[in-house]
Amino acid sequence: MPHVELRELRRSFGEFEALKGINVSLEAGEFLSLLGPSGCGKTTALRLVAGFDRPTSGQVVVDGKDVSSVPPNRRDMGMVFQAYSLFPNMTAEKNVEYGLRIRKQGRGERRKKVEELLELVGLGHAGKRYPHQLSGGMQQRVALARALAIEPRVLLLDEPLSALDAKVRVQLREEIRRIQTQLGITTIYVTHDQEEALSISDHVAVMYGGRIEQVGTPAEMYGAPATPFVAEFIGTMNRLEATVADSGAVEHGGVRLRVDAAQGRSRGERVLVLVRPEVVEVEAAANGAPDGALAGEVVSHTFLGSVTRIKVAAEAGEVTADVSTARAETLPVGARVTARFPAESARLLSLAQAPAPPAADPDGP
Amino acid sequence: MGTLRLRRPFSLSAWVWLLLGAAYFMIPLLATFLFSIKDKHTGSCCSLSAYGVIVHDHQFWTTIKLSFILSLETIAASLLLFVPTVYWVHLKLPRLRAVVGFLALIPFVVPPIILVVGLLDFYRGSPRWFYGQPYGFLVAAYVILAFPYVYFSLDSGFRAIDVHTLTEASLNLGASWPRTLLSVILPNIRVAALSGAFLTLAIVMGEFTIATLSAFHTFPTYIQYINETQAYPAAAVSLMSFGITWAAMLSILLVGRRPGARQVQIAGTR
Repeated sequence: MPHVELRELRRSFGEFEALKGINVSLEAGEFLSLLGPSGCGKTTALRLVAGFDRPTSGQVVVDGKDVSSVPPNRRDMGMVFQAYSLFPNMTAEKNVEYGLRIRKQGRGERRKKVEELLELVGLGHAGKRYPHQLSGGMQQRVALARALAIEPRVLLLDEPLSALDAKVRVQLREEIRRIQTQLGITTIYVTHDQEEALSISDHVAVMYGGRIEQVGTPAEMYGAPATPFVAEFIGTMNRLEATVADSGAVEHGGVRLRVDAAQGRSRGERVLVLVRPEVVEVEAAANGAPDGALAGEVVSHTFLGSVTRIKVAAEAGEVTADVSTARAETLPVGARVTARFPAESARLLSLAQAPAPPAADPDGP
Repeated sequence: MGTLRLRRPFSLSAWVWLLLGAAYFMIPLLATFLFSIKDKHTGSCCSLSAYGVIVHDHQFWTTIKLSFILSLETIAASLLLFVPTVYWVHLKLPRLRAVVGFLALIPFVVPPIILVVGLLDFYRGSPRWFYGQPYGFLVAAYVILAFPYVYFSLDSGFRAIDVHTLTEASLNLGASWPRTLLSVILPNIRVAALSGAFLTLAIVMGEFTIATLSAFHTFPTYIQYINETQAYPAAAVSLMSFGITWAAMLSILLVGRRPGARQVQIAGTR
């Protein structure tokens, strides 16, 4: 039996449907990320699980019991908020102790637990400080300790790192995962940052327009996106509109490309060829393009450290390729090049499957 | 590590304006004080007899005690009524903020004389323990009079904290609504509540129209009586009322303060 289940969960605000019937389940100790752009319904879903909002229909089931109508203060769910939520009138210790006082735990027991938890989040020395004396990262660590203190049935994290700078964000997300694994606590993590979701989750549920597009392991989400939206949202993806030419090949902008996934598809079917930039091979063009390669001109370089992202303007559209930075120097902007990819590395989606998604907004709530 | 202190350049014009401002407030007080220490027989300086007259008048003590109790009662009633109201409006009914803000302005635009006539008429049939007692009728009127001051103080206090997140964090940890209000919200709007309390105290300690028209003998009516009958003690009692009101405000401030309170409020302000 799953530990937590969201069954056909719907939430409408007047005419607007924020959640259009989502289904997802978590096993005990699992770390699930709800990933999506702003307005996709991920925070709404988390608030329904926390009990801050009631679903229009559907159920939140924990350990087989429907808790949809249980008030938030009786759900035993620890939450870390996006905004800094420490009580400003209490020290870090008192913040962590708050939930334990409500549960009327003995003083000795409370103190021991507070000390343990502050040590766990690496703030054993900062217990006497008030929130305004702590950095943003430290405040979120205390908030995590506070949420864990009540030994919640489920830990809910609502974009807890979004207000922090990049370095602290990476550091803290690793700590969240370490602590979660150590305590074996079932966790739902909401984020719009795909790198964050892929790096710390057991499973990722990508949401878009109030629905779950796909649930899977990070590797599945990256390697086998089920919809154009997931393909676009997780990592960078080349999307080439094409027509199935014959078994194992498609035609894109008048160029015949070998794609293993085209086998078994009917000739003339309109498809979307999905290719990751890291599998695209770019070479300086000698005389025209060889068979199965797209000819074009390098239009931009984006330095990403060990690799450089190159954009090639081909006749039928743009192709993005990640090449080593050293090699990128031999392919300057304006150079005539050819781009190709291994036949087995491309995925195909029927063009009728979904419309092109909008660009994700990384700054959204 | 050494501390870097930035010294602002001396600004003559700033000092001139500061002194002018101080003079505007201090000269009348000084003049009143000088007048109050004149001898009542000779009119020359210096005698504390005017203060003696006041201090030995039992009416002074009776009325000041009454006004002070009325102040505390008004403060308690106002905070009990308005803290949960403003909290709920901020949390659940933010669209009503403009409406409540408008309602809070009404006591400013309705003159006290109109207010008291209306209230006397409205409460005419109410029980004697309420209508015939300052602790009932006058406090009811003073709560209305203090509404704008208390409301706008509390409103600014609530706007300075993230009411939603703090409330949800507290509920999430298992706290009830009353506990959330008392343990999390109230301590973080303490300074705002104290500001409202100060203003209420000052209003009640000086309110004359409603008290007179409803025939209750409070401290301001006593000051008026002395003013009409005795010149030097009138100046003395005015100064004393000034000092006593400030002392009362200071005592509320001290009672309402806790270690770390100043830092706490700054932390809550985002």
